[in-house]
Amino acid sequence: MNRLSELLGIKKLLVCDGAWGTMLQNKGLKPGECPELLNLTYPKLVKEIPEAYSKAGAELVKTNSFGGNKYRLSHYSLERKIFEINKTAAEISKDGVKDKALILGSIGPSGVILMMGDTSEEEMYETYSIQASALEAGGADALLIETFSDIQEAIIAIKAAKDNTNLEIISTFTFEKTIDGDFKTMMGYTPTQICEEVEKAGIGYIGTNCGNGFEAMAYIIKEFKEKSELPLVVNANAGLPTIRDKGIYYPETPEYVSSIISKLVEAGASIIGGCCGTTPQHINEIRRVIDIMRSKC
Amino acid sequence: MENILEKIALCVERGKVNKASLFPADLKGEEGADELTLKAINSGIHPSEILNAGLIEGMRRIGEKFRLNKAFVPDVLISAKAMNTAMIHIKPFFLSNEIKSKGKVLIGTVMGDLHDIGKNIVGMIIRGGGWEVIDVGVDVTPKKFVETARTEKPDAICLSALLTTTMLNMENIVTEIKGVFPKMPVLVGGAPLTMEYAKSINADFYSPDPQKALDFLNNIKHTK
Ligand code: B12
Repeated sequence: MNRLSELLGIKKLLVCDGAWGTMLQNKGLKPGECPELLNLTYPKLVKEIPEAYSKAGAELVKTNSFGGNKYRLSHYSLERKIFEINKTAAEISKDGVKDKALILGSIGPSGVILMMGDTSEEEMYETYSIQASALEAGGADALLIETFSDIQEAIIAIKAAKDNTNLEIISTFTFEKTIDGDFKTMMGYTPTQICEEVEKAGIGYIGTNCGNGFEAMAYIIKEFKEKSELPLVVNANAGLPTIRDKGIYYPETPEYVSSIISKLVEAGASIIGGCCGTTPQHINEIRRVIDIMRSKC
Repeated sequence: MENILEKIALCVERGKVNKASLFPADLKGEEGADELTLKAINSGIHPSEILNAGLIEGMRRIGEKFRLNKAFVPDVLISAKAMNTAMIHIKPFFLSNEIKSKGKVLIGTVMGDLHDIGKNIVGMIIRGGGWEVIDVGVDVTPKKFVETARTEKPDAICLSALLTTTMLNMENIVTEIKGVFPKMPVLVGGAPLTMEYAKSINADFYSPDPQKALDFLNNIKHTK
């Protein structure tokens, strides 16, 4: 059942896919619409994304299930369809990659803050349990619990995934650079604190995603490397978007990104891919550089 | 007397809600914003002084720390909770007009956008500064902003956007609001915004920092 660690053991470095949200928007998803509903309404359209990423050389491909929890789906009155939406998400990706890549079931944060008392730990555990089992049922090979900023919520999601599936778990957090120059999540946690508290929840991989471009990720990974023995994961975005000619423009090009990959590997990353704003072209470039590095070791 | 107001400010800044609250650990078992505010009222301190030198001062300090990255989202949330709990004792004096709120502000996240953590923090800081805040929620259409402004008659409107795509919806919202209420101050904010963009859509104020928005509001109140 540990297909991800087997593959990583053989390949040493792995390439993950890139953005999903940005790709769906380019295919016509409007801001404010539910991205995950497309799994049920336009599965063919969604399938183009895993197809494009596996063609571009991604060895790990995500699912369209980032917001597939009760809290996000209830904005669209879809909270009764959690299982169906997530299971279909995994099936679509599985179908799209045609055995050329492993499927990482994407689990994003709830968007509610536990300490505010708007929800309970039990409620949160339950929705993550449904999501995790649905992703496994749809054929996910591992789970990617991504873009978290709260340790407590991450531990609940990890526990739900461990209790209800046999899948390996990757846990990635989103950091911002503070005025002092160190990196902390929105809730104030450092990579060091996260290693200390989240590792023991039983994950196989730890790392960072989203953020502000590829280069900053090297600093975050260095801090993880000092504290953790686990394989480290980076899914970076192509910088923060700006407006150009009335369109949204992400500043980091595939060429630029490919020039940063060796820094990330030196810092200790072994799985590298993209987040918001990255495209199959970015992943293609990352794969090209990683292939060169693999041939040298 | 000053001592108790300083203690209240400290409780709000550190998020010490009441005696029963276990957080912060070093203040365990001690009285919190809740009990101290009641005590201050009973000892005859004017509620507006408790509000300004105690509660609002505490929120100002945590807002400042937040701006300097010395405090994070949970710290602001717990401070706001301490303030809100203490406000229960102050509210009756608003109703009896013994103290006046500084005014009313409408706040919402714009159409297409579901991010609300930043908007909530801005709301808390403005409320913490003595304003009444009406929160219209997320994914708010221009129509809803205008309609709520008609019924609530706010002194200013705050718009928040966290996506570059939804930021573009702000232009339309500002235009609609100004079409109906030409003098209404409109404040905009959110991570993707810039001063340049805010100016280009005719907004009256932009800052990445909620504390500055509060200063701006306090200022328009002065000049009114
Ligand atoms: C938490 C989060 C989420 C949560 C939201 C939970 C919630 N209840 O709000 C969830 C997981 C649901 C989410 C979803 C999405 N997100 Co999001 N999210 C974030 C994240 C990590 C933090 C935002 C936050 O709350 N920060 C903390 C608060 C306190 O800061 P703030 O919001 O900036 O507000 C402060 C200031 O901006 C200012 N301010 C804010 N409003 C106002 C208003 C006024 C008047 C003033 C004066 C000041 C002001 O004061 C606040 C306090 O200091 C950011 C990344 C980041 N680091 O910013 C991405 C981010 C905003 N998300 C992003 C994206 C792309 C998305 C999704 C499209 C992802 C997807 N593929 O589905 C969806 C969109 C959903 C939708 N339609 O809105 C991108 C946006 C890129 C862009 N510029 O367009 C970001 C920047 C991530 C990235 N690096 O790419 N997200």
